[in-house]
Amino acid sequence: MSIEPNTVPSTEIVVHRTVSVPLAADRAFALFTERMSDWWPREHSIGSSAIAQVVVEPHTGGRWFERGVDGTECQWGRVARWEPPGELVLLWQIGTNWTFDPSLETEVEISFTADTAGTSTVVELRHRHLERYGDQAETMRGVFDSPGGWTGILTRYVEVAS
Amino acid sequence: MPASAAAVLDALGDSRRRSILERLLGGPMAVGVLAEQLPISRPAVSQHLRVLKEAELVIEAVAGTRHLYRINPAGFEAVRDYFDRFWTTALDNFAALARAEAATRTDPADESGSEREEKWDEH
Repeated sequence: MSIEPNTVPSTEIVVHRTVSVPLAADRAFALFTERMSDWWPREHSIGSSAIAQVVVEPHTGGRWFERGVDGTECQWGRVARWEPPGELVLLWQIGTNWTFDPSLETEVEISFTADTAGTSTVVELRHRHLERYGDQAETMRGVFDSPGGWTGILTRYVEVAS
Repeated sequence: MPASAAAVLDALGDSRRRSILERLLGGPMAVGVLAEQLPISRPAVSQHLRVLKEAELVIEAVAGTRHLYRINPAGFEAVRDYFDRFWTTALDNFAALARAEAATRTDPADESGSEREEKWDEH
């Protein structure tokens, strides 16, 4: 057996989560995008002040950003695909130093699939190409060391895993 | 037992090792090919690969007489774990909000319980 380097696909690292919600697909899509402020974990903010609003501009090419209570805006990424009610792709472009990095593109792909009755919808989320953080490893140390960074999470993870 | 975060960070703390990792993101490679493509001598490439291997960021595979190195996805466990936790929390919040939304829209009779009972008693 031989391995041909050029035919081996590159390694992709993906996080995959699924939830089912008791709404039709169009309403699930609207809730997900228009009211992101209401479900976004508040501590996950890169702005200088607390999150007032999370905005997904409703078109392909739109911006995805947080607006702080002090009015400042911090971009998180872009809308790569806007196809209600079934498909949404957001580019998550937050670097390991918790700032917007236009050269980093990780994809958050969300699909909304209604059941036959149209009363509930399966929301499937894939955060793809996390291996691209490998290119940013230089700043990783800062992420681990920053307050509210990864240190605590990782420590707990290692405790559980070992 | 996963490699310690310190070992991973030390391994990633060197720009030449990062450039090796970047090459390997495209697929497995042999030491010689890496040395040809990077401004690093072959012995130095071998040494960096050893550090990356100890940090469990790369895996060595033997194919016949060739030794190929490839990215070890498990080495990125911390990144994946972080996002896995993040999206679990976020989607749990979203599902709770969706359930609340569904309850208010499909159950307008909540405010007058008797009306709702009448409807349900029709059967």
